[in-house]
Amino acid sequence: MTWRVFLTLASHWRRHAGQFATLLAGLALAVGLWTSVQAINAEARASYDTASAALGGAGAQRYQAADGATIPLATYAALRRAGWAASPVVEGELAVDARTYAVTGIDSLTAPGSGGDLGGGLGGGLGGDGSGGDNGDGALALAFLTAPGVILAAPETASALQGAAGLPRVETSAQVAPGVLLTDIAAAQRLLGMEGRLSAILIDPARQGLVPLSQLVPGLVQAGGSGDVARLTNSFHLNLTAFGFLSFAVGLFIVYAAIGLAFEQRRASLRTLRALGAPLRSVILALVAEALLLALTAGLAGVALGYGVASALLPDVAATLRGLYGAELGGALSVRPGWIVSGLAIAVIGALGATAQSVRRAAAMGLLASAQPRAWARASTRRLGLQAGAGAALIAVGLITPNFADGIVAGFILLGGLLLGAALLLAPALSLILAGLQRSVSGAAADWFLADTRQQLPSLALALMALMLALAANLGVGTMVGSFRATFTGWLDQRLAAEVYVTAGDEAQAAQLRVFLEAEADAVLPIWDTERDLLGAPGNIFGVADHATYRDNWPLLTALPGAWDALAAGEGVMVNEQLWRRERLRLGELFPVPGGPDLQIVAVYSDYGNPKGQIMVGLDLLTGLYPDVSRLRYAVRTQQPDALMAAILARFELPRAGLVDQQSIKQFSLSVFERTFAVTGALNVLTLGVAAFAMFASLTTLATMRLPQLAPVWALGMTRRTLAQLELARAAALAALTFAAALPTGLALAWALLAVVNVEAFGWRLPVHVFPLDWLRLFGLALLAGLLAAALPARRLALRPPHAFLAVFAQER
Amino acid sequence: MLARLEAVEKSFGEGEAAVRVLAGVTLDVDAGARVAITGESGSGKSTLLHLLGLLDAPESGRVLIEGQDMARAGDERRAKVRRAKIGLVFQQFNLVPSLTVAANLALQARLADRYDADWTARLADRLGLSQLMARFPEQLSGGQQQRVAIGRALSARPALLLADEPTGNLDETTSETVSDLLIELAGETGAALVVVTHSERLASRMQTRLTLSRGALT
Repeated sequence: MTWRVFLTLASHWRRHAGQFATLLAGLALAVGLWTSVQAINAEARASYDTASAALGGAGAQRYQAADGATIPLATYAALRRAGWAASPVVEGELAVDARTYAVTGIDSLTAPGSGGDLGGGLGGGLGGDGSGGDNGDGALALAFLTAPGVILAAPETASALQGAAGLPRVETSAQVAPGVLLTDIAAAQRLLGMEGRLSAILIDPARQGLVPLSQLVPGLVQAGGSGDVARLTNSFHLNLTAFGFLSFAVGLFIVYAAIGLAFEQRRASLRTLRALGAPLRSVILALVAEALLLALTAGLAGVALGYGVASALLPDVAATLRGLYGAELGGALSVRPGWIVSGLAIAVIGALGATAQSVRRAAAMGLLASAQPRAWARASTRRLGLQAGAGAALIAVGLITPNFADGIVAGFILLGGLLLGAALLLAPALSLILAGLQRSVSGAAADWFLADTRQQLPSLALALMALMLALAANLGVGTMVGSFRATFTGWLDQRLAAEVYVTAGDEAQAAQLRVFLEAEADAVLPIWDTERDLLGAPGNIFGVADHATYRDNWPLLTALPGAWDALAAGEGVMVNEQLWRRERLRLGELFPVPGGPDLQIVAVYSDYGNPKGQIMVGLDLLTGLYPDVSRLRYAVRTQQPDALMAAILARFELPRAGLVDQQSIKQFSLSVFERTFAVTGALNVLTLGVAAFAMFASLTTLATMRLPQLAPVWALGMTRRTLAQLELARAAALAALTFAAALPTGLALAWALLAVVNVEAFGWRLPVHVFPLDWLRLFGLALLAGLLAAALPARRLALRPPHAFLAVFAQER
Repeated sequence: MLARLEAVEKSFGEGEAAVRVLAGVTLDVDAGARVAITGESGSGKSTLLHLLGLLDAPESGRVLIEGQDMARAGDERRAKVRRAKIGLVFQQFNLVPSLTVAANLALQARLADRYDADWTARLADRLGLSQLMARFPEQLSGGQQQRVAIGRALSARPALLLADEPTGNLDETTSETVSDLLIELAGETGAALVVVTHSERLASRMQTRLTLSRGALT
């Protein structure tokens, strides 16, 4: 019974293969964009987990100095003598050939899970990929432990390090995250210049009967460790997920529209089946089975598409994460069951959700109800009213939420409320506009055109909503990116005021450079900083020299009078915007400088692109508090940068990328910026494409049902050519009106992104700039989408033979 | 007695706009009977047929099919009786547009799990559809479509054949042909035939002619 009903319903798709193809394609596209984002996020999280798993095992906790400084080796010795299971860790960054790598040094004899585990890991690294030509596990383990040591790196990292000078032998290991160099602690100390010092100690705190840690090593506190990367990047991944969901929602409109139209086309057949004795239960089961089959087919295609899109986007995402957060991502996308299941699940959810409306209509459909256009129109009018109410309510909820809740989730509720509310308001607004126009026009043709458009509106509504969402997203994100670019460019000019930037190879060379530069340059400004925990989270402390370069250029958002004087005197501290917002700091408030005094906050400065908190203190205070601060980097003021750079190169052997001019840094920063938004830009374009496809799918499907509406008008004297032209005009007009609705929505979206979401996600706020040329471009795209969507149906209409129109009357006799 | 409507009442609309189209109507249909229901437009003829065909339910009264009261029966039970015992021929043909003539012919029989290929082939032959089996409804004339509808209704060998204005959309010549086929095939299968019609010619060929007027059947 149900099978027979299913076959009868499915026969509709055999005769409307194009419609079925658009339905499959729409769902596959939606799933593909969602899956691509999930695949990228899963790849990133796997990399973070690999990095995190490199250190620590069951029970081991990471401890580091409370003031964020390095830990003397004697502390570790004290722990071991007291009987604690402890393992030292050295961490830092190493620049090799213009790239920075995270170096991690471990004591393989005491590291958690070592011995069998670590030995097995080394052996696995060798046995698994057969690299290095080593004779076996033992030889590699011995080389790891003895000078000059061995560096274990992910395959792509090892490949990038080939030929690099000054490094121990590099071996590949799949257990090491990309961008990380894992080596013995002694080798790491040598590479990082940290002899006799440690970054952290791994301790198993569960041991009983020992002198408590708080007594033995009071200067050590438990810390987060590599989980910081996952936490820092959480907002980025959440943003990506939100965009993926938006793309999915737009694609789902195609599915919803296609399934809804298919129901209308099969309404008579459904009624016939019921009349012939098919029970309602069988009809519903058949509809659900059809939806599941569709979901699985489109879902598999979508997952494959998602893999392709994710693979294409992964390099840009990796560059973004590296540039913004220092997080490393492998270059190749792995196939993971998680995102495959996620893609299939969302396909099933989407298809079933879209089918639910058809199921509801089938259940409510009487066996004797006939298609009465007027009654249907009355019901549509009521529905439009309800829809308008729902849309207004969603916008209100979205706007109100940030007043009562914090965090990025509140920001996304705002975005969702704005977008969805505006989408729901679109059809009622269009209906009102068309009704108003109809009252004001004269002429039968114009009257019919507007009335006909109003009647088509419910069928086209979903496609137009999808188009509006995509346009609004493009406008909003485009305005955000444009505002960011405009602000960032100016900000870079302020932050990069010096003409030349130089980094010495070691402290001795740095001392010589200082002497040379003080004689040759107009000013030598140290760029010295140290990493410390600021109010419980990773951060940086920069020391700033008292110089006009900073007083005249540094971008301060707000400041107390005499801020720079207070900074120079060691009596004040400046904080970056991220720290200021995160901790809700106030000017004049006292800030606890790690290992130092509490200083008054004298100013707040913008620090775009930095996910961490940062403070600036006077240079003397920095060196006084942290004598071991690295003194390798300098900003140099000169009126002849080329000549100075040539002189430096002639006299000093600097590391690669140790000497760079202002323009090069700006170019690099801007390129990181552009790559950051390349991913969202790509998703934007894809989403707009999906929306345009939704319009095409709807118009193509509707064209098959339009003949009874067009035949009478044709019989009264309107030519097929004119009818076709009117179809094109209608599509263009609706696209234009949809753009008109998308424009304020997109600007509201931009405001929400800049004023709420970005502040919550990244900690900084940007002014809103508007870009009317972009509006013009998108308007053109919207018109083009409408015209392209209507082109094929219009052409078919123009070429339809007269007997096709006449058949309408024959059937109505 | 095959089917009986007993004191059924049916109204449409609400409040002051409510119109009672059937006011305590009683109708008996014996096996093999030929009944015509006539009356003015809007008199409730189709409503009466819908009640008999279990497509609708009365507000009061009983609807008995082979002695079982179906007036308050649930959807599953009504659907089961409808597909097994009742054949329906509509004025608008109501063929499934995406199925071929062959598939349309066999549809009700397959739903009732009573498909007989030989019987369906004989029906197709009698109805002059043998050369049209691979076509779709949109490729047929009105008369051809109605013949398919008749064949579909008879494919499950129903006990009761209900036809609502079967010639309403057809020209005079085609109407004659369709009427002849309807009566002949109903007679051959032994199905009782109840026809709602405006056609005097068709009505005059039935054994019993009843008129529905102001909610009452005479």
